[in-house]
Amino acid sequence: MPLRRDATLNPGASTRLGLAQGLLCCCLLLASPFAFPAMAASQQAAGEGLARQQVAVLLARERRDLPPPLSLLDMPAADDAVAGAQLAINDNNTTGRFLKQEFSLEVIQAEAGDLLRDVEARVRQGVSFVVLDASPPTLLALADRLKDRNVLILNAGANADELRAEACRRNVVHTAPSRGMLADALAQYLVWKRWRRWFLVAGADPDDQAFADAIRRGAKRFGAKIVQERTFTLEPGNRRADGGHEQIQEQMPAFTQNVPDYDVLLVADEAGQFGDYLPFRTWDARPVAGTQGLVATSWHPALEQWGATQFQNRFFRLANRPMRALDYNVWVAVRSIGEAATRAKSTTANDIIAYLRSPEFELAAFKGRKLSYRSWNGQLRQPILLATPKLTVTVSPQPGFLHPTSELDTLGSDKPESPCKAYASP
Amino acid sequence: MRPLQQCCAWLRAVIATPRPMRAGSAFRSLPLAWALTLAALGAGASPLKAYTVYVTNEKDNTVSIIDSSKLEVVKTIKVGQRPRGITLSKDQKWLLVCTSDDNTVQVWDTETLALVKTLPSGPDPELFILHPAGNPLYVANEDDNLITVVDVGESRVLAEIPVGVEPEGLGISPDGALLVATSETTNMAHFIDTTTHAIIDNVLVDSRPRVAEFTPDGSQVWVSAEIGGKVSVIDPKSRQILAKIAFEIPGVTPDAIQPVGVRISRNGKLAFVALGPANRVAVIDTATFKVEKYLLVGQRVWQLAFTPDDKLLFTTNGASNDVSVIDVEKLRVLRSIRVGRYPWGVVVARH
Repeated sequence: MPLRRDATLNPGASTRLGLAQGLLCCCLLLASPFAFPAMAASQQAAGEGLARQQVAVLLARERRDLPPPLSLLDMPAADDAVAGAQLAINDNNTTGRFLKQEFSLEVIQAEAGDLLRDVEARVRQGVSFVVLDASPPTLLALADRLKDRNVLILNAGANADELRAEACRRNVVHTAPSRGMLADALAQYLVWKRWRRWFLVAGADPDDQAFADAIRRGAKRFGAKIVQERTFTLEPGNRRADGGHEQIQEQMPAFTQNVPDYDVLLVADEAGQFGDYLPFRTWDARPVAGTQGLVATSWHPALEQWGATQFQNRFFRLANRPMRALDYNVWVAVRSIGEAATRAKSTTANDIIAYLRSPEFELAAFKGRKLSYRSWNGQLRQPILLATPKLTVTVSPQPGFLHPTSELDTLGSDKPESPCKAYASP
Repeated sequence: MRPLQQCCAWLRAVIATPRPMRAGSAFRSLPLAWALTLAALGAGASPLKAYTVYVTNEKDNTVSIIDSSKLEVVKTIKVGQRPRGITLSKDQKWLLVCTSDDNTVQVWDTETLALVKTLPSGPDPELFILHPAGNPLYVANEDDNLITVVDVGESRVLAEIPVGVEPEGLGISPDGALLVATSETTNMAHFIDTTTHAIIDNVLVDSRPRVAEFTPDGSQVWVSAEIGGKVSVIDPKSRQILAKIAFEIPGVTPDAIQPVGVRISRNGKLAFVALGPANRVAVIDTATFKVEKYLLVGQRVWQLAFTPDDKLLFTTNGASNDVSVIDVEKLRVLRSIRVGRYPWGVVVARH
């Protein structure tokens, strides 16, 4: 995807992006000390008894030309995702030390074509666990290429609902929450708050439209009403929302004028291209929620409940920055592998994958309750945080939204409605 | 006067922390009812003895002091930041408090309530346990994957024992030979020889183990797993899990059943397990490992402490800012006492 903003109008941002990419490359070089132990499988075969048994984890990230976010504060760190993986490897190894299990990490960051080729090569060398941060087409291509191999892909980066629905794959589990889960988490809180009339503003990008679909579904599910929808169009070279605050201050009130009475503005802007311009600029004095304002997320750098303080501290000591949602999703993926190895008392891929998928699997992950994978689509069931940039506001599921087996399954696609066929047949 | 004051305290509590009704609150709304209960208890063969109960209030940086004969807070003292674990020296002259955010253990004089000194504890001390001989003190450093061994008299670190990720619960055998430390993210109970400080074994338990408690005869150690929702009973000799105790409460979602505090009566017959956001304390027959009863207490119940005569059990209810008092013989909740914000740890002195 090309940069959608006119680079000449925003030289600072494109320089920063260049720097970030440069750092990514450095990071890749730095990652080489964690290099894949050659032929883990053969080591395992030879290393019966007291020798440590190896589990190799591959973190694969697709390099994409993503537009830079509006705020400097949202710039992804060079080691985004990688630091989360490293912390989980450290945690796994602290446990592994007592069980003679050893976990190693290798990181590949490349564009889609190279990424597919390199991951496949590592799989041929014996890697069985691929933690993936990639676009949906790349994820599907990889899953199909690896479908006859004993490999589990853990999707930590893609929130597309179709990956958990019609396009689901048996060899993929998802630690990233789906759009449906995020939208349902928001919907439950807004309904609990009795802010039931929504004004939906979505970007024109397909991702934004998909998020808007999830919001519509959430409104229907939990009894909110969308009183108006508007599309915010941002063409390349269009300076509508660029420039300083003076123009934005004129444009945003105008854009949000003449809306039937509403309680809250729901914004769908996944790439962060205009949503942050909305709070405090709407024509009517209304709060903003969605992809900006009050956001739904799997993790927040300021969460301190449920023993998270120590977790945040450990991450900060390792990475010298706060933990972001992608780091957390990757941490959960790598810890899931570690937890399954611990419980299965095995380092073989078959045993680990079987345990991870079993009803016995449970992971403590600083969210106040156990996390596990849904049997009908491989999605991690987890509480979703609703937060402002500084603090957690609440955590969904909200009180009163009941479910016969787990309240966590009130978020996202539930078993009876799941169209995922790959998981339905054993 | 007193019923009126109690009534106002209750009103303030309700205004400050909206919460659903529960059985215990009936006593609160009817001061007369609990007064009668207390009177009935007092009129019986065994009147309530005056023990001193100390409760750390995590959010207030205070310790509430309760007189167990009156069942009311008689004093509140300011301590260091984020007080959590709390215990008494063997001679009961010193009150030891983990002040987690100060990275120290504070020592308070129980007579004068003055700060005596601070002990080096390693970073972020959460829970600790004193050797039955009175020294040393074993401190769990949640943030540093260590158990710090501290000489209480000399205020000196004797040793550091590396354990799993986020150590928390500590139990010590009655003879002082064996220390059990739980690590929350490693999900293990580490068995440590107190002479050599070497880990002799690691027992995998359910997710997020919080507390380890030996039976009075030392034949079992009970380990609660908060996220796993179970208690493992381990034989410290063979390190085999003898039983796993699960909990089921009608109308409470399984995810909300999160065992934390464990206390076993001095006669070894009953175990009490605090179930966190399930707002219950489970009563377990130690002979059969069967749950006999669930007692409804305050919200997010975590730690427990008996009076020295085992007649009363105090529970800290973090989310409702109170302490529930359980009549151990009748297995009934007598009443709740409002303390500071987010009560965490509790210990009862002999006098």
